[in-house]
Amino acid sequence: MINWKVILNIAKTHLLTKIKQTSTAALGVTFGIGSYITLVCFMTGLNMMLDDLILNQTPHVHIYNEIEPSKKQPISLYDDVKNSFNVVHSIKPKLSQKKIHNALPIISYLEKDANVRGALPQIKTQIFYIAGSIEIGGNLTGINPIDEARLFNMGDYIVEGSAEALHNSDNGILLGIGIAKKMSLKVGDRIQISPINGGNFSLKIVGFYQSGIADLDAIQSFTNIKTVQRVLGEAKNYITDINVKLYDIDQALPLSKKIEQQFKLKAIDIKTANAQFETGTTIRNLITYAVSVTLLIVAGFGIYNILNMLIYEKMNDIAILKATGFSGKDVQLIFMSQAMIIGFVGGVLGLLIGFGLASLIGTIPFQTEALPTVATYPINMNPLFFVIGFSFAMLSTFLAGYLPSKKAKKIDPVRIIRGQ
Amino acid sequence: MIQLELLEANKMSVVLEAKHINKYFKKPVLFHVLKDINFQIRQGEFTSIMGKSGCGKSTLLYILSTMDTDYEGELFLNQKLVTNETREHLSYLRNKHIGFVFQFHYLLSEFSVLENVMLPAKKLGEKTLQEIEHDAMNKLKILNIDHLAKKRASRVSGGEKQRVAIARALINNPSIIMGDEPTGNLDSYNSENVFNIFKQLSEEQGLSLLVVTHDEDFANKTDRIIQMGDGKIIS
Repeated sequence: MINWKVILNIAKTHLLTKIKQTSTAALGVTFGIGSYITLVCFMTGLNMMLDDLILNQTPHVHIYNEIEPSKKQPISLYDDVKNSFNVVHSIKPKLSQKKIHNALPIISYLEKDANVRGALPQIKTQIFYIAGSIEIGGNLTGINPIDEARLFNMGDYIVEGSAEALHNSDNGILLGIGIAKKMSLKVGDRIQISPINGGNFSLKIVGFYQSGIADLDAIQSFTNIKTVQRVLGEAKNYITDINVKLYDIDQALPLSKKIEQQFKLKAIDIKTANAQFETGTTIRNLITYAVSVTLLIVAGFGIYNILNMLIYEKMNDIAILKATGFSGKDVQLIFMSQAMIIGFVGGVLGLLIGFGLASLIGTIPFQTEALPTVATYPINMNPLFFVIGFSFAMLSTFLAGYLPSKKAKKIDPVRIIRGQ
Repeated sequence: MIQLELLEANKMSVVLEAKHINKYFKKPVLFHVLKDINFQIRQGEFTSIMGKSGCGKSTLLYILSTMDTDYEGELFLNQKLVTNETREHLSYLRNKHIGFVFQFHYLLSEFSVLENVMLPAKKLGEKTLQEIEHDAMNKLKILNIDHLAKKRASRVSGGEKQRVAIARALINNPSIIMGDEPTGNLDSYNSENVFNIFKQLSEEQGLSLLVVTHDEDFANKTDRIIQMGDGKIIS
């Protein structure tokens, strides 16, 4: 027996005749939701950018041979002193090879794993960049440029040239931008390098690499795996590192444990390597939500206040509605629908304003040395935020409208009519 | 036999009946307001309730109106027991069978005169909007205020407001119209006017009317006067 048309018509008339109060209440919601959308799009955009900065180029599992002391010293193998207390001084790390034994079979084994998106071999080595009589220490990493660009967004950090150019060149090098500046080199020039065991090689610069971390850019260069193997004079199966990228980042820890056990190698997962990162993200999200919720609660109190006032003003109307056959529930629905209309209009406007502001921020130039690929402020326009924002607007106005409308429901018409 | 039939016919036309109604005010002290009230209102009867201030006549009216449910005894509307019905159902009964006219006009001031009259019918929802609008214009015509239909309720004069309130009370063709001092706030010209409208409705349309009043002239012109004193019906 609820006649929505009549109820909504009364609610509409109440709202329109009190347009000032109505718009004040709606504006409260609009600002709440608008700032929530703006904040959350901007903050998560920044979060994602910062995460990408580190996480995109970090392998989910990094496999290598660690130089470390033997876990079991020879004395513990000797049965005669088993029950004694042994002290070993000056433990030295165990002499082991840098290369991963059987690297190529391990890679093809990992590639078959359903969780693994890709396993890429790398060779890391120390070299000197030679400029006349000056030698500058540095790192040279042998990679598969195309695969690195595909899985670890290598392309984002190549400021001149491209991954393909490196792939197609037999003796090309992707030089760190810091070294290039120090030595005044440009693309197409040649650079002399020398591995630590001697020798001299001339490589052609096919591009520049800029990670955004200045210290790294001053030493790091990349070249093809084959080129490094030739420079070092090693065989084709000489691989020092394997970088694994997974489909699901949560699988990193179990997989790294498994690899350590199975191949007796060191395997570090991304969460262990970058634990502090997640903390920062969580705290930034927490701040965003705390601020937004506060704004919406303030807006909710505004609506509560205005509806309360309205109900006092409309005491006579409520009494006459009840006397002419509107039930308490009808009256409650009249005031509830007013609250919900305010919430709806304010919420939708808030979403629009939030969208506008976020888009505006997205066009503001934001250029920094550290982030070569970013030109404007990062914005993460996730539709989910709009859904959350809108639901929150409706929820807060529902709660703000519920108590006053409950009071209207309980008003005794006889008391009002006789009280005059 | 004939007497029995007469009795039956009588009973058929009883619109409102109160049986052993008792009411107490519990605050500030326990006070017995209404003491064993029994009476009937038949169809087409124009009844007035008179009595001194505080004798409980308004209290009785609000019990009869089903708005006040805190009483002892039984109340019948169109021979159906309404005591202890749910509030929702009572709202429906008020909407369909009872029309109200109060001392103060109680129109919804933001709505037009026509909308005020249409509202109870819209709530009842038995007719289409066009039919309701047509009915409402008819009622306004009967009361000679059809020229005010589009005006805002807050913009018409006191006497006109009371006539709008009567039109609103009539819109669902109720079984009975109740009035709490409907002329109490009007000058003699307008109260005369309102009385004539009531009289006309009762005579021409067979409408029952129950009016609480202080106005002796008004009461003397009605079909029947219920005189109350100290919470009892005296005559």
